[in-house]
Amino acid sequence: MKVGIVGMGLTPLRPLSPELSYKELVYEAAVKAYNECGINPRKDVDTFVTCAEDYIEGTSIFDEYTPDQLGGALKPNHTVTQDGLQGIIAACLQILTGNFNIAVVEAHVKSSNILTPDGIHLCALDPIYVRPLNLNPYFIAGLEYDRFLRVNMINGIECGEVVIKNKRNALKNPYACYGENLTLDDYLSSDPVSLPLLSADISQPADGACVFVLASEKVATSLNKEPIWISGFGWNSGSYNLDTREWFYLSYVEKAAKMAYQEADIKNPQKEIDFAEIDDTFSYKELQHLEALGIFTEGRVFAKLKEGAFHPEGEFPVNPSGGSLGMGYLYEATGLMRLFVACLQLKGKAGEFQLKKADKALVHSWRGLPTQSTACLIIERR
Amino acid sequence: MKFLGTGLKDEEIKERKVCLAYWKADAKYAWDCGIAIGKYLAGLKEGKILGVKCEKCGRIMVPPRIFCEECFRTIDSWVELKDTGKVNTFSLCYITWDMKFLKEPQIPAVIEIDGASPGHGIMHLLGEVKPEEVKVGMKVKAVWKKKEEREGAITDILYFKPI
Amino acid sequence: MGRRVAIVGVGMTKFVRRAQETGKELAYYAAKEALDYCGMKLSQIDAVVIGSAPDTFDGVHMKGEYLSDGAGGFNKPTLRCYVGGGTGVFAVICGWYHVASGLIDSCLVVCEEKMSSYQPHPQGAFLTIFDHTTERPLKPNLLWIFALEMNRYMTTYGIKKEEIALVAVKNKKNALDHPAAQLKEEITVQDVLNSPVLAYPVQRLDVSPVSDGACAIVMVNEYLARRWTNKPVWVEGVGWSLDTAYWTNRDLCYPRYVEEAARMAYKMAGVTNPRYDIHIAEPYDPFDYKELHHLEGLMLCGKGEAPQLTVDGVTQRDGDLPVCPSGGLLGVGNPIAAAGLMKVIELFLQLRGEAGKRQVARKVRRGVAQAWGDLMQVGAVTVLGI
Repeated sequence: MKVGIVGMGLTPLRPLSPELSYKELVYEAAVKAYNECGINPRKDVDTFVTCAEDYIEGTSIFDEYTPDQLGGALKPNHTVTQDGLQGIIAACLQILTGNFNIAVVEAHVKSSNILTPDGIHLCALDPIYVRPLNLNPYFIAGLEYDRFLRVNMINGIECGEVVIKNKRNALKNPYACYGENLTLDDYLSSDPVSLPLLSADISQPADGACVFVLASEKVATSLNKEPIWISGFGWNSGSYNLDTREWFYLSYVEKAAKMAYQEADIKNPQKEIDFAEIDDTFSYKELQHLEALGIFTEGRVFAKLKEGAFHPEGEFPVNPSGGSLGMGYLYEATGLMRLFVACLQLKGKAGEFQLKKADKALVHSWRGLPTQSTACLIIERR
Repeated sequence: MKFLGTGLKDEEIKERKVCLAYWKADAKYAWDCGIAIGKYLAGLKEGKILGVKCEKCGRIMVPPRIFCEECFRTIDSWVELKDTGKVNTFSLCYITWDMKFLKEPQIPAVIEIDGASPGHGIMHLLGEVKPEEVKVGMKVKAVWKKKEEREGAITDILYFKPI
Repeated sequence: MGRRVAIVGVGMTKFVRRAQETGKELAYYAAKEALDYCGMKLSQIDAVVIGSAPDTFDGVHMKGEYLSDGAGGFNKPTLRCYVGGGTGVFAVICGWYHVASGLIDSCLVVCEEKMSSYQPHPQGAFLTIFDHTTERPLKPNLLWIFALEMNRYMTTYGIKKEEIALVAVKNKKNALDHPAAQLKEEITVQDVLNSPVLAYPVQRLDVSPVSDGACAIVMVNEYLARRWTNKPVWVEGVGWSLDTAYWTNRDLCYPRYVEEAARMAYKMAGVTNPRYDIHIAEPYDPFDYKELHHLEGLMLCGKGEAPQLTVDGVTQRDGDLPVCPSGGLLGVGNPIAAAGLMKVIELFLQLRGEAGKRQVARKVRRGVAQAWGDLMQVGAVTVLGI
């Protein structure tokens, strides 16, 4: 199984983007993606997938507004109300049926247009059991983080190191908007949100749009001499319920990863994969996900972190782009943003944040609070 | 198949025979208009309806956009359209969104704007016309808010009236 | 069309104005019924597809996540697809591409809608479907766009309301035989014409009700199909299309998006002459005129000719082309995504000869189901056959 990534476009992430409407932002990313593989969307694309949620857009049935800026009017278009990586998976499944050769996947967000993000996050909680408690939804991250610290018998300094690493990595990434040189003292003195969660543990929202062009194995090389290949993918949902979920171990992430590794024929992810762009919506999630993804299991994550293994020059670079903590949080577009920067690495076009060895990568996403919805991709260059 | 499911009657709700959880969503947004709609709204403030032109397909479109969705290319120019047009289709709407009846109907219509390509219209309301006299194909003209009251919004046009 | 995909099990709840059950519970009922229908266990399902229309109805952001455990998605690959009102039929297409990809052997497709949660009236949830800058300030309500489309359709082809009303009469009558139906009643054309005008030309009895409900189907690959049933119903063709959001720039008299979707599905199914190759149709009928509009888009008759087909009785259950023998949305009810899937379930039962009192008179080997949505923009079409 192989699907080729033949074109991609990402608008640089910004905290605000008042000069462009969401349609104009997407158009900019789409033009870049189509240009890379020389296609005309009106003629060449067989199917379009957009990832969006109505409450984030502030428009009901948002899928109404998805085709025009992609050149997809009067063609097959559908929305996946999940992360961009689940959109990539939907497009891959379509291509693998043999009925479609070229698929486009888009996701975008105008975080800055959402005036009441907490009010909207609250709407994601169970309306009967949880919402009436009227807690800021970050309490869920606080609960999970607390359990994470206790089980691993650590004190949180480790998560500070993740924040410092990712924000420093972002300084070299021109697409990132939250790069900075942070000290451990800066981190520890940031405001408490839902202890042990500090404000510095939370990735900050940004505006951006990302478009990918995928192609079947048959046509990919005719569109792009050096496509990036998706050799495996997996996705999974854990429990939405706060009262019955596993609070410590992320079995849904493990299942999704296993599915992807199996398809990509990966037996030892730590050795076979060169680096990972994985979800760091909250700092502790990066470490928690690393373990569940089966890369450093049985508590080795913390020792490796201390060794500096996850730095760009380390043994297994994690989020060399800066991740969500350094680049910005893009809601449904977050997974595509990660895939974009991972592809830059594989193409050797990551500029200042280019890794020495980047032939095979793991890209991972999580849909954020209160979900346990996740997706993984394995990408490689031939 | 068993066709499960329990239908409730209105009384069961009103008399609180079942438990209900209430929630009022706090969902507020401020959408960036961007280039095309930003300029469109600025035009309305000046009392003008602006459209855009794609030289490839030759269409003059309203409401404006920075790209032609048919040709997938950036538009070439801006065109000032007339504030007249003809009714493409209309409705006489006797209810509010929460199903309360109105004595006098609201008259929403799609109005093909003069100067735009055939069939290119906008949605707006009709006024100064008896409901029974509205016809498809009827010529209409915009009735604008007073200049000092305009704020750069689609409501700077109060409605369209027959000419 | 590559790998063959079959439907082997179906399940649905009652469609009601206001269900006591939560959305999750409705989804569970339907999913369990579908599994029981073919004797499968949830553990034998590889992936779950969820279909549900706007989150604002339930007042739940990320509704797909909320519904996932009720729909059987816990610890499984779960995807929620979305094309507004077209979602119910599109979910089948989504299930099809899961299985047809060769990676997923069995897929549970669950569609749920609970429109009663939104207060004071679900129409309020539709206020926010319009463009936020150029349309919403005019305070439009949902009926506007349908009334505008209906008027354009009637004016272009000179169609009379009496002809359109026949659809409401037929479908509500068909629903008398559907055990899950919400609005089963015998009405006359005159009743429709005398019902209150909501938004001319739309009157009360032209419109489907507001509903809560859920539907589910089990889709499997060719190898599993024979294991779970001796009468698989095959997905022969799928097609979908989304027209431009600039709806005021389109001619609303004809649903081009349905034609594009139908062409795609027919090509895949090898249907060259739809009027003869398709034996039964379940087009989307949230309004009576939409059944006619969609019959034309599905190329089951010429443009503007669907009313005559209805007048001639061709679309009755004992006619040559039975249309909405289920009772459709007008009769069974309209829990949006679930209503679309209900149509697919009806075809499944009709093709297998299991529709009981609703079984059509003619022999049927191939049928088409279609749903529609958004700003009069989406066509989702599946062709099923035995």
